[in-house]
Amino acid sequence: MAILRNKLRRFSAARYGGLAGFIVLAACLGYGQTPNSCLDCHSALPDPLGVSQEKFSQDVHAQKGLTCASCHGGDPTSDDPDKAMSRKAGWKGRIDRRQIPQLCGSCHSDPAYIRQFNPSLRTDQLDQYRTSVHGKRFAAGDTKVAVCTDCHSVHDLRAPSDPRSTVNPVNVANTCARCHSDAGYMKGYSIPTDQFAKYSASVHHEALAARGDLSAPTCTTCHGNHGAAPPGVDRVQNVCSNCHAFQAQMYEKSSHKKAFEAASLPGCVVCHSNHAISHPTDAYLGTGPHAVCMRCHTPGDKCDQARAGLQSGLNRLDEAIKGADQVLGVGESSGMEVSEARLGQDQARESLTKARVTIHSFRTDLVDQEIQPGLKIAAKNLKAGKEAMVERNYRRVGLGISLIAIGIVVAGLWLYIKKIESLDQQEHSS
Amino acid sequence: MPTNSQGIANAGDPLSSPIPRRRFAEVLLGSGFLATAVAFLYPVLRYLVPPKAPDLGSDAVVAGRVGELKPNSGKIFRFGNRPGLLIRTASGEYRAMSATCTHLSCTVQYRDDLRQVWCACHNGKYDLNGRNISGPPPRPLEDFEVQVRGDEILARRRRET
Amino acid sequence: MSPLRNVRRWLDERFSWDDLVAPLRKKTVPLHKLSYWYFLGGITLFLFVIQVLTGILLLLYYRPGANEAFESVQYIMTQVQFGWLIRSIHSWSANLMIFTAFAHMFSVLFLKAYRKPRELTWVSGVILLFLVMGFGFSGYLLPWNTLAFFATKVGTEITGQVPIIGKPLMIFLRGGEEVTGATLTRFFGFHVAVLPGLATVLILLHLLLIQRLGISIPPKLEVQWIANPSAMREMKFFPNFLLRELMAWYVALGVLGALAAIFPWNLGVKADPFVSAPAGIKPEWYFLFMFQTLKLIPPKVWFLDGEVLGVLAFGLVGLLWLLLPFFESDQPSHMKRWITGLAVFALAYVVGMSVYGHLAK
Repeated sequence: MAILRNKLRRFSAARYGGLAGFIVLAACLGYGQTPNSCLDCHSALPDPLGVSQEKFSQDVHAQKGLTCASCHGGDPTSDDPDKAMSRKAGWKGRIDRRQIPQLCGSCHSDPAYIRQFNPSLRTDQLDQYRTSVHGKRFAAGDTKVAVCTDCHSVHDLRAPSDPRSTVNPVNVANTCARCHSDAGYMKGYSIPTDQFAKYSASVHHEALAARGDLSAPTCTTCHGNHGAAPPGVDRVQNVCSNCHAFQAQMYEKSSHKKAFEAASLPGCVVCHSNHAISHPTDAYLGTGPHAVCMRCHTPGDKCDQARAGLQSGLNRLDEAIKGADQVLGVGESSGMEVSEARLGQDQARESLTKARVTIHSFRTDLVDQEIQPGLKIAAKNLKAGKEAMVERNYRRVGLGISLIAIGIVVAGLWLYIKKIESLDQQEHSS
Repeated sequence: MPTNSQGIANAGDPLSSPIPRRRFAEVLLGSGFLATAVAFLYPVLRYLVPPKAPDLGSDAVVAGRVGELKPNSGKIFRFGNRPGLLIRTASGEYRAMSATCTHLSCTVQYRDDLRQVWCACHNGKYDLNGRNISGPPPRPLEDFEVQVRGDEILARRRRET
Repeated sequence: MSPLRNVRRWLDERFSWDDLVAPLRKKTVPLHKLSYWYFLGGITLFLFVIQVLTGILLLLYYRPGANEAFESVQYIMTQVQFGWLIRSIHSWSANLMIFTAFAHMFSVLFLKAYRKPRELTWVSGVILLFLVMGFGFSGYLLPWNTLAFFATKVGTEITGQVPIIGKPLMIFLRGGEEVTGATLTRFFGFHVAVLPGLATVLILLHLLLIQRLGISIPPKLEVQWIANPSAMREMKFFPNFLLRELMAWYVALGVLGALAAIFPWNLGVKADPFVSAPAGIKPEWYFLFMFQTLKLIPPKVWFLDGEVLGVLAFGLVGLLWLLLPFFESDQPSHMKRWITGLAVFALAYVVGMSVYGHLAK
């Protein structure tokens, strides 16, 4: 403390200059009708005491008019560090980790208070947190688990809708991975640390990060945010069914649901995995390296036969669609009109999509119901493509006939020229 | 006379030259000209006859005919290269919008039980104005102006004024 | 009396037909090893007539305007009976005509047919070549597809590089600052009215001059034939040369038909001004040699902007090309060899740069 005081005495002379500068800066930055003398000094201090003007101006609390004292206590109007940081004025100093949830909750769980700022903001975060794995361990004294500031950041805390916020959907996985992918940090806990690596390879990550599709899930979508906990083995399909409604409906009525429940297997995760969810292919139904059915089922039994039936149905439709596409492609590049058929192909592809969804009923009769109309449509389009080829050939025949006619003219001209010139020659010589 | 006093053929007399040779070139030429004339005129004449499907341009198509749709039902029609949805509401009004779902481009349909537009792929829902109201679709469906002309129902792309 | 003779008599009584046609009967074509090159002019004219006829047919269905042009061409290609044939012939014939026009110009250059007294024939011909390239540039935009849109954008942008008059010229061509539907309307006007009008006048002038001055004989041969008149070989234009030309025209028709049926012209994708240009956009092949040259010029040459220098250089070359015959006097001089050398260089340059431009990314 003495050392600090000495440092501050050296600053005191420049303090008025600094204050003037600060006022101008504050006017320029346009924040804080509420005076905040803390930043005068703390913006110039090195880490971990340093909080720059710039950083704090990004904080949503600062933008709403709160000051350092709102959390740390003390007197933000005073320029005298002794007065500003006095225990009498309620100065808490550095907030201990064990107090953070309570401190944040002191406002964020108070609906009357929060209503003044954002009436539609939820105020149950602390309650949820207490039900989470983090919250339960925290209550038991574990300080390594995440508290509010670990995910939300502090001093430059941004609203979740801000794309730069650590809790914006596109950034959530990275935030969780800070601890959960750190094998050293996670030593002592009985959970793996490869979830982020697996998720990064998944089709959900690709949709969210690469395509910017905010409806794609990230960690918190399936695990919850404040009440983060892994879904139980028997609850997995409830989580997936929020988006994958049809597959879940099919699965619900299928033979596999009872079987998996009885074996305490985690539903969807058995075939699709939980973090490393890749794009399912028809090969899942096969017998090769990606086959999922054959992990459990015996080759040759009734189920294996059903599997083969499902696979062949999908393959047949896929082949039919590809075949029609190919013929239509040739027609198109030869200049034929096939746009109607091309549009029809979309319908056939939708049938295939629906058939693939119906796989989750594990019933060949239901899957067949989707495949048959698709096959009909693909066959119709193939026919249209073939007709386009017929038209193409008709053009070539027409061309051939015209070329023959032109050939006759050219030959005729040639002979005629020869004739009149030989006559001319005869006239000349005679 | 075809021949002179010595019996030698007179040049230029039609009958003095070998008939097939002379005629052959001209016959060949004549028939060739005729054949090519037909080969060229036939497509041109067919071209001049306007086709049955009128070209209304890309802005409007005939979506259906009056009486084709019962109230509270819908049908898919073709608008250029993409599908469109024509709905007849329960109160008898016509609505038309693009049928390509804004999520992953599946073709939407009208659900008479929900009285909403629904996408079978991921359960996306739109209201009768095409606004996305539930599920994954991020944007509304492009909505078309409907005009009833005689017994034709036209769907027209909205023009920005 | 044969019906043909009756018609002639009827015409003669009213138009002095025989007097009018008499010079044509006397028209001859010199016969020598290089006589085949004389066909090129006729073929170019024939292809022009094809363009006019197919163009008129296309006009019956085409609708100019950014929101209708593409669809109307699609309609022609897919719904109109034989529309695909008419449109593909029009597009292929355009390219063939530009090729034969260039070939005709180079053959005249090498055969030295531009020399006195045929300077004006050359001048009218070079202007026609520029018009034909203008036809190609304006017509290319009319289907309003992505490639054409961006090719027009780049092409008119380059025009804007000319100092002082460039910007106003570009705005005139584009019908505004940017390429829009207004550009399409304007190009349509140029393509179907302005350019055909100018071309018709110039073609008539060109043909009239040829009629009056006769077909040129290569210089060395001319010297020989003046010295030894009996060695001269000639062919009557009517009917002998014309019949041979007719053969060439029919063959050209066959080639056009085959191209149209086997390689129908692409429709492309409708132009959308808001998407970014596809990578590696290039103009049509007949502009490639100029385009490639501009790409190779460094951004700054001395104190001048590279592209401006390039455009000005081509302008200057064009002007000199137009006035070429006036640089060569009647008397034997070094200039004749210079011009032959220049001709060889020009041909090599155009062909070489076109190939380079085609192969470059």
